[in-house]
Amino acid sequence: MIEEREYDIVIVGSGAGGGTVAQELGPLARAGRRVLVVEQGPRLLDHEFTGRELEMANALYADGGGFLTADGTMTLAFGRAYGGSTVVYTGTSLIAPERVISHWHVPGLTHDDLERRSRKFMSQNNAHELGPELINDNNRLFFEGCRKSGWVARQFPLNISRCRGSGLCNLGCPNAAKLGTNRIQLPNAEASGVEVVTRAEALEVGDRHVTVRVSARRERETGLPSEWQPGMYRVRAHVIVLAGGALGTSALILRSPLARAITHVGSRFTCHPAVILVAEHEHAITNDVGHPQSYYLDLAASERFLLEACMYSPFVTAKSLAGFGAAHSQFMRAFPRLQMILVLACDRATPKNRVTVDAAGRPVVHYTLSPQTIDALVNGTRAAAQIFFAAGALRMNAPMAVPPVIERRDAYRARVLIHSRHFLRGQVSVSAAHLMGGCAMGQPHSAVTDSYGRVHGVPWLRVADSSLFPDSLEANPYLTVMALADRVAEGIRADAGALLSNAATVGRTPSGAYPAATRN
Amino acid sequence: MDLAPVRSILRAIATTVLPETASQDERDWLEMEALIARTVSSRGPQNPEQLLGFLRLVQALPIARYGRRFTVLDARRRVAFLRALERSPLLRLRRGFSGVRSLIVLAYYTRVDVAESIGYRAVPEGWAARGGTVSTIPLAPTLWVEP
Repeated sequence: MIEEREYDIVIVGSGAGGGTVAQELGPLARAGRRVLVVEQGPRLLDHEFTGRELEMANALYADGGGFLTADGTMTLAFGRAYGGSTVVYTGTSLIAPERVISHWHVPGLTHDDLERRSRKFMSQNNAHELGPELINDNNRLFFEGCRKSGWVARQFPLNISRCRGSGLCNLGCPNAAKLGTNRIQLPNAEASGVEVVTRAEALEVGDRHVTVRVSARRERETGLPSEWQPGMYRVRAHVIVLAGGALGTSALILRSPLARAITHVGSRFTCHPAVILVAEHEHAITNDVGHPQSYYLDLAASERFLLEACMYSPFVTAKSLAGFGAAHSQFMRAFPRLQMILVLACDRATPKNRVTVDAAGRPVVHYTLSPQTIDALVNGTRAAAQIFFAAGALRMNAPMAVPPVIERRDAYRARVLIHSRHFLRGQVSVSAAHLMGGCAMGQPHSAVTDSYGRVHGVPWLRVADSSLFPDSLEANPYLTVMALADRVAEGIRADAGALLSNAATVGRTPSGAYPAATRN
Repeated sequence: MDLAPVRSILRAIATTVLPETASQDERDWLEMEALIARTVSSRGPQNPEQLLGFLRLVQALPIARYGRRFTVLDARRRVAFLRALERSPLLRLRRGFSGVRSLIVLAYYTRVDVAESIGYRAVPEGWAARGGTVSTIPLAPTLWVEP
């Protein structure tokens, strides 16, 4: 049995995109419009952010953080909770590079506009640089290693307030100090009268309705029960905003009959493939305390990679280290002496890399690392080696070297030892957390949406997440997602008169079916 | 998912990948297997069979090279065999080994006692638990760079 519910606007997803749209539609809610956010994950109470790795990974990430690409060689990590991936990111707040926005060539989208909106959310989210007393050794070593290597590392603005330095950002901040949408935008939205339903999975989107399945909270499961009774719902709305992330939004459209009316969904998927590198120092350093990511080195324009200081939990560290046995164990037992660097390759959209769905409608990511992306990972690893040893490291674990441990005495040969011929798919641990593309902005003949997230040919449907990106951003995407979502909300407010006054039937054939999309 | 039929194979791989697991007691082993079984089962209906199949393959493949199954190889040959899988020209074998390795380190390093034993001390109290902000690396005068 399906229960019917009616709203004016439904937003699917509560992360950087959905949470922002929800807040920015607050004026409509205060004016009496019914706005609903549908979130698949749970809503956690403050005390439920325990920082315990297994518990939090299972509670806050899709597939416990272990979602694999179709060929099983890359792990994709994305959040699934009230607040989406903003609950599990580290809060690094960067404005989109101007050269990337220019390269995107999206009609109507300017860098000036994105920058203005991004700064609005940086202010709202208290994004700022930490004072020197709060920079831990792991980050200082990164800065020093860069400086001695002739590079200038820059500091990340972080959207935090009263950070206690737990270092547990990627497992959900246990101190309510990280200001994701679960702390700022969603509470603002709810205070305006926007409703949020959690543990609610959008199964299908149809003509101005979303089919939603609400699940019961299992015994001992983290998080509150859903605000609705478990069961099936058909939620009707004049406007539907999809903000379930690059995978969630693309898959939702692809498994719906609506897919016949929309072309190019799932294409142009990019993700900044990354490797986590580990080096060992002689003495203990502060690494698992303090904010894990204070500095970065941006070589995207010239070298196609970014380097970030980072720190991870024991399991993620162990998984990232190449090799096994005694040498692997030796690195792990040196945990208090470990420095880590994250290498992110700036990939480019290719026809092969895309999101599809399987027979059950679940997202499937087809992704092949291009030779250029592999080269970026190799060159990034070489640069990281230079930084590690300049900072005084005794040895580093280099997944693209054979054998994978490079001692300090061989540091001068790192560029030779680390080589693309040693990169083996399925052997080097590659992961990605910046999932982009699938509903790219652009012209109707080659893209899914316009620069305000309006789906071409379907005026009641909008997209407000990283699936809008027509190519990789070459920077952390969350702030740009918020800026784009701000545009989507502005567009809805501007179109509200036409969209919300009548339930006009648009786009259907006389039989009620969706017309097949016109291809140029 | 029942790992009992492949228990000896899984433990032989685990002690090769993580030598310290050799000192685990039976309760720790059973908890490791339970976590692996839960994790694999939660990732899709085809995954348990894939894992069981791969473990049986690991047991059988060494016969061609060494004339013996994996569980009766000595430590040196076990290492050599797993290294060959790790860098096999066949993606399926590389991926299979990487997957099993990930499951073993997941089950071992997410244990609170193990994390503590390697010196991992991240707690919600952060700096306060260390007696305040502590660093051993002085900051160079050029730390603050104007954009």
